Amino acid sequence: MRALFTALILMVLALPAMAAVKIQEVTSPGGIRAWLVEDHSIPFTALELRFRGGTSLDAPGKRGAINLMTGLLEEGAGDLDARAYTRALESLAASFSFDSGADSVSVSARFLTENRGKVMDLLHETLHAPRFDADAVERVRAQVLSGLHSDAKDPNDIAGAAFRAMTYGDHPYGSTGKGTPESVASLTRDDLLLAHSAVFARDRLFVGAVGDITPEALGALLDGLLGDLPASGAPMPGKADVTFSGGVTVVPFATPQSVALFGQPGMDRHDPDFFAAYVLNTILGGGSFESRLMSEVREKRGLTYGVYSYLMPRDLASVYMGSVASANDRIGETVQVIRDEWSRMAQQGVTEEELDKAKTYLTGAYPLRFDGNGQIASILVGMQMDNLPIDYITTRNDRVNAVTLADANRVAAELLKPDQLRFVVVGQPEGLATTTN
Amino acid sequence: MLKTFAATAAMLGALSGAAAASQAVGATSDAPKAAPETAAPETAADSATDPVIASSTEGVSSFTLANGMQVVVVEDHRAPVLQHMVWYRAGSADEPIGSSGVAHFLEHLLFKGTDTMAPGELSATVAANGGRDNAFTSYDYTAYFQRVAADRLGLMMKMEADRMTHLRLSEDDIATERDVILEERNMRTENNPGALFSEQMNAVQYLNHRYGVPVIGWKHEMETLDLQDALSFYHRYYAPNDAILVVSGDVTPQEVLALAQEHYGKIPANPDLPPRIRSQEPPQLAERRLQYRDARVAQPYVSRSYLAPERDPGAQEQAAALYLLSDILGGGQTSYLADKLQFDSNIAVYTGVFYNGVSLDDTTFDLVVVPTEGVSLEAAEAALDDALRAFLREGVDPEHLARIKLQLRAAQIYERDDVADIANRYGKALATGLTVEDVQRWPDLLQAVTEGDILDAARSVLRREGSVTGWLMRDEEVTQ
Repeated sequence: MRALFTALILMVLALPAMAAVKIQEVTSPGGIRAWLVEDHSIPFTALELRFRGGTSLDAPGKRGAINLMTGLLEEGAGDLDARAYTRALESLAASFSFDSGADSVSVSARFLTENRGKVMDLLHETLHAPRFDADAVERVRAQVLSGLHSDAKDPNDIAGAAFRAMTYGDHPYGSTGKGTPESVASLTRDDLLLAHSAVFARDRLFVGAVGDITPEALGALLDGLLGDLPASGAPMPGKADVTFSGGVTVVPFATPQSVALFGQPGMDRHDPDFFAAYVLNTILGGGSFESRLMSEVREKRGLTYGVYSYLMPRDLASVYMGSVASANDRIGETVQVIRDEWSRMAQQGVTEEELDKAKTYLTGAYPLRFDGNGQIASILVGMQMDNLPIDYITTRNDRVNAVTLADANRVAAELLKPDQLRFVVVGQPEGLATTTN
Repeated sequence: MLKTFAATAAMLGALSGAAAASQAVGATSDAPKAAPETAAPETAADSATDPVIASSTEGVSSFTLANGMQVVVVEDHRAPVLQHMVWYRAGSADEPIGSSGVAHFLEHLLFKGTDTMAPGELSATVAANGGRDNAFTSYDYTAYFQRVAADRLGLMMKMEADRMTHLRLSEDDIATERDVILEERNMRTENNPGALFSEQMNAVQYLNHRYGVPVIGWKHEMETLDLQDALSFYHRYYAPNDAILVVSGDVTPQEVLALAQEHYGKIPANPDLPPRIRSQEPPQLAERRLQYRDARVAQPYVSRSYLAPERDPGAQEQAAALYLLSDILGGGQTSYLADKLQFDSNIAVYTGVFYNGVSLDDTTFDLVVVPTEGVSLEAAEAALDDALRAFLREGVDPEHLARIKLQLRAAQIYERDDVADIANRYGKALATGLTVEDVQRWPDLLQAVTEGDILDAARSVLRREGSVTGWLMRDEEVTQ
């Protein structure tokens, strides 16, 4: 009875929040597709462009080229060297942000309506005519190298690197897109030009726009900005073979608190059981105080400040990951508690009450994500890259609510694999040693 | 500049001001204990005692309840959600000697039970209503907030008002949660040589003021915090006359007023609330230096801090000049230090300048130089000082200043997209002694700053004898 009451309330609250996000599909005269949320209440627009492939498109032996190329986009374009470029951007009171990840390179722009044309001219030059001046290349290369040296002494980065290498081997997912000190040191200007042409092409482009712009204006803007991009870029890499052998891997590092990453095979975003897995993860370790891991590891035992688990469905592999950190003399107990919880859920599943709570939380929190134009633009692009329908936002909570207890417990038994759960522990853990299962 | 590098660099430079520690929450659910209340305002009861709502053009209103609780409302009706925050004018700098970390510890303990709510029930109820909650602590304040659907404001206030006065803690809560905050310190500080260095810098900068003690606490004192420490801090400071309510989002001031009177208005003021008097810094007469070595340091850097005035009520002009000075010297690619140390010469991979004027007492003006491979810390520091001298000689590039002012004007348009950020700004300001009017005057004060103001501010603050210089270094002996 109580559960039903809750569900009714949430439907009421979810619907009006959604109403604010009306997505239109826009196709420019030149054939570029975009999703748009028009909102003329503030005179600016957030534009998000994403190019699929990301740093996984690095050519063989050129690891780090796409990351370095992305870092150089704001270091001069067309007639403007790095300093002139930044001054021009500042004079327009706009901001551009460029980022590269394992699955995409993103371009996030924010600009006022009053000088939109000039800002787009500058962004056009940025994307089509980056300079890659020698001094800029060296400057940004030094930043990348400095970051790599820091990562080599950061327990979180050490854990990430060890976990990636064990899980994905030689696949691009097996190494950081930032490259190695050696590969970054050897990159040439030609490598950067090749990286640029690998990434920026229309066959991998996704666009989201939110704010003070009409569909007509957006269409014209996109043709001007992106119409002359090449039709295609580098071929997409194949899927990764994922290996999880279970057990513990200790990476010795002198620091007071051990950092652990853990993981096992995951679930694809388009798997029919994805929502069941998503709800299950919310119960197991989905980042709230009420998750089983948070309750057992933090609330009951005080073993950590935070413990989380998350499904990570990516373009080329899907894994199920988690993270935790405990003092060196307590991490052993933490690892054991997490293992026990993993097994308990695999064997006994979840209760109806836990399922209801998780659904209530997930459905209720969903509208809170649509928070600001830039955030919404990013969500619009993410939905398109995940190949979700344009009405997904209005149906998403129904999909969460459709997960039954039987679904959840069947998927718990199938998905959770305690014998394949691998921990990588960086620190000086007491009572933990590298094992295999 | 690489985005990821900029983020890392900003973190290692984040010495200034609010090293906030937070509780890291989220929350799942539990069917709501009490039926969610509607936001239907009770018609204002007695007009004679009704606070006057002062409104401004940017959708910000404010008033004060009869018990002294200040209220700020920031309206944004684009989506039916809101953020409810309560700020207490009590932070780590208000802690008794020997109990460092108790303000933050208490923040964690406020998620335990009250006389009528079980431990964890508040977060669970927020979650069951589709919301998210969290809290944070800094030197001058502790704040609690929830983000929820707009029609749940009454329920949020009911629970927040409950834990303002009816906290119930057990010895078990204390022991377990103390372990949690120690692990939090491990994560934020002990595992991070940059954070340990920054802690040492602060300790050296503040000889006599509590800003020299870390917000999260010194480890040896955290280990001794007990129930009595937490409760005595709670009873001393948690009261409506020491609190600020800030509600932002899809709500009207009238609705907030009615609900605030219903839930907070009935809590009596604490007549024994102590005045906020802290031991102040003496004038700094001698330059101070330190070197911190750690085997985990990959990238050494130089950090420099100067004691600097903060924004004071009705007197923010010098702080406005310092704010612009920090932007001109170290606000990104076109800043003066980047120009001299990253472009004209290849001394640094990163430079940054930070000034946080929102502080109850004297704050700091901080500079960071991360040298290029092969450049010594000594050379980097010398280059920094050369650049500062050259800046004072050359003065401000008027075009640069004009660009910064233009961006500040544009920021007032962009910020309307993020009312939670506006709400934060008001909360922080009011908790550190500023008024609503001070916050609203700030943009105009920034626009009015002249080149002369900036140079005067620079000359008065960037004094060698008023500085602390630190070197974060690799410990070569321990490195294998």
